[in-house]
Amino acid sequence: MSERAERVPLYGLIAEFENPNELVVAAGRAREAGYRKMDAYTPYPIHELTDALGHPRTKLPLIVLCGGIIGCATALLMQWFATTVHYPINVGGRPLASWPSFIPVTFELTVLFSALAAVLGMLALNGLPMPYHPIFNAPRFALASRDRFFLCIEAKDPLFELEKTSRFLSTLGARVVSEVEE
Amino acid sequence: MSTPKPKRGSERVPIIEPGHTFASVTDQISKIVLTRRTPRFWTVGFLIGASLTMLMLWAIGVLFLKGIGVWGVNVPVGWGFAIINFVWWIGIGHAGTLISAILLLLRQEWRTSINRFAEAMTLFAVAQAGLYPVLHLGRPWLAYWLLPYPNTMALWPQWRSPLVWDVFAISTYATVSLLFWYVGLIPDLATLRDRARRKGAQIIYGMLAMGWRGSAMHWHRYETAYLLLAGIATPLVVSVHTVVSFDFSIGIIPGWHSTIFPPYFVAGAIYGGFAMVLTIAIPLRKVYGLEDFVTLRHLDNMAKVMLATGLIVGYGYMIEAFMSWYSGNPYEKYMFWNRLTGPYWFIFWSLMLCNILAPQTLWWKTVRTNPLSLWIVAIIVNIGMWLERFLIVVTSLHRDFLPSSWGMYVPTKYDWATYVGTLGFFLALFLLFIRFLPMISIFEMRTLVPEADVRREP
Repeated sequence: MSERAERVPLYGLIAEFENPNELVVAAGRAREAGYRKMDAYTPYPIHELTDALGHPRTKLPLIVLCGGIIGCATALLMQWFATTVHYPINVGGRPLASWPSFIPVTFELTVLFSALAAVLGMLALNGLPMPYHPIFNAPRFALASRDRFFLCIEAKDPLFELEKTSRFLSTLGARVVSEVEE
Repeated sequence: MSTPKPKRGSERVPIIEPGHTFASVTDQISKIVLTRRTPRFWTVGFLIGASLTMLMLWAIGVLFLKGIGVWGVNVPVGWGFAIINFVWWIGIGHAGTLISAILLLLRQEWRTSINRFAEAMTLFAVAQAGLYPVLHLGRPWLAYWLLPYPNTMALWPQWRSPLVWDVFAISTYATVSLLFWYVGLIPDLATLRDRARRKGAQIIYGMLAMGWRGSAMHWHRYETAYLLLAGIATPLVVSVHTVVSFDFSIGIIPGWHSTIFPPYFVAGAIYGGFAMVLTIAIPLRKVYGLEDFVTLRHLDNMAKVMLATGLIVGYGYMIEAFMSWYSGNPYEKYMFWNRLTGPYWFIFWSLMLCNILAPQTLWWKTVRTNPLSLWIVAIIVNIGMWLERFLIVVTSLHRDFLPSSWGMYVPTKYDWATYVGTLGFFLALFLLFIRFLPMISIFEMRTLVPEADVRREP
């Protein structure tokens, strides 16, 4: 086991669980044991995992707010500039900056920019699209998108020691513990 | 220290049939795309859809060559089938967004098994709707003039015109619907990538899944993004049909210039949209054996939404009638009388039959939970909503203020070919979708399996 790991750099150790309860408990234990560089892989979102793994809350809402504000400002400034500065035209004696008529476009662009910020921000924070990731080298990892739950402790964690970490993962009730090559 | 969550949906009829596991849900939905043979109905349906698409392309080709005169539009009825069908299609789209966004925010978990194909329906319906205003331009190749871009004429779009608002509303709606649909698909594309056996499928689904690996941190950001998108799409869906109704209500034509239009249009959109969701869902669950996931409870719930929005639409008709009398305006009064007894009386009374009378049968649970009867009601409502748009567009325009400028509108074969063609185009796109993408959200169905609830034990 350890001889192979010397030839190919190791990404981490992955443990397979059969149900979400075991995974959440295992993630909590691993964190208590001091492991930090780890991630869980599940077929659907499990809210309890974020806390168990100690992952920080995402900054995404802030990005979306910024997107919305930029969209709103863009629309208002564009319409104001067009109607008062660049192409002022008197329509039925209405004021040039007739802002109530600008609301629909302003609203739509606010929505458009914030939706784009939400999607692109989510993808950027997640580092997607990502053509290659070592976790896919793990045996049976295809089941992470079906019915299995995985916990991976990465080799770059300061506490990571192949034998010790492997034994630790086995004590958590993992069905299989396997190495993941870089 | 266990904090048992209430079992989802267990208070009443379960959302999915008991006995399902993560694996069975995954396999049953993904096998439709990956391993099952293409059913015969699919091939036949796609042939019909593709042929009608050709018919549409022919009609559009003639339109481009000869100009808008091939349609039945004239003075005074400048808005014929193009606007009727535009409003009809865009309204159909609204149910998809309602199901995916508003019901998500309201924590209506039964939406899970229908949101994916309802969103696809939205997308394809908006695609049909988007064709019409462009075709109606007269010089469609100049459609980009609608956008604010730096140009040598130093001109800008007219920001005070509801038609320009419409451009922004529809294009935003199409973009956000696409984003919402695609984001929802990413984890399922990863599932298909991992399940696919053929190399080509693995590569294509793999590229579309963008390397999704189901990481806990990713899921956290994903869910945040999805929830925010739902929050953004909710006011959007209301705004889109409001802006569409402004196309009418900002004008001074009798029968259009009315403040009831925005709410009445939004309710009508959801009404017609749910009818279309049912029209699609009922045959689909039967053919693909998805009765476990799209249960009678789903049909019942959708029928109730249809009944409720149908009653709001009925209220809209009532207020229109009341205001035409209460306003004391002779043109408004005549407009309404003309709808009842004028040359288009047949449309009006068919509308009452389809949109007001027929859905009253949904008060009975036996009608709501019988797929066949519900499907028939849904079809009738689809027709009714189309008639409503015909009535609004045509009867208001054909006789307005000056009897000397009265006229009649009769659609030509090119109008019909374009309309039937978009129906076929919609069918073809939808069949392609159910053939190549999971029509039910797999990862969200997994959350409905009983084992999905995490009970923390010490």
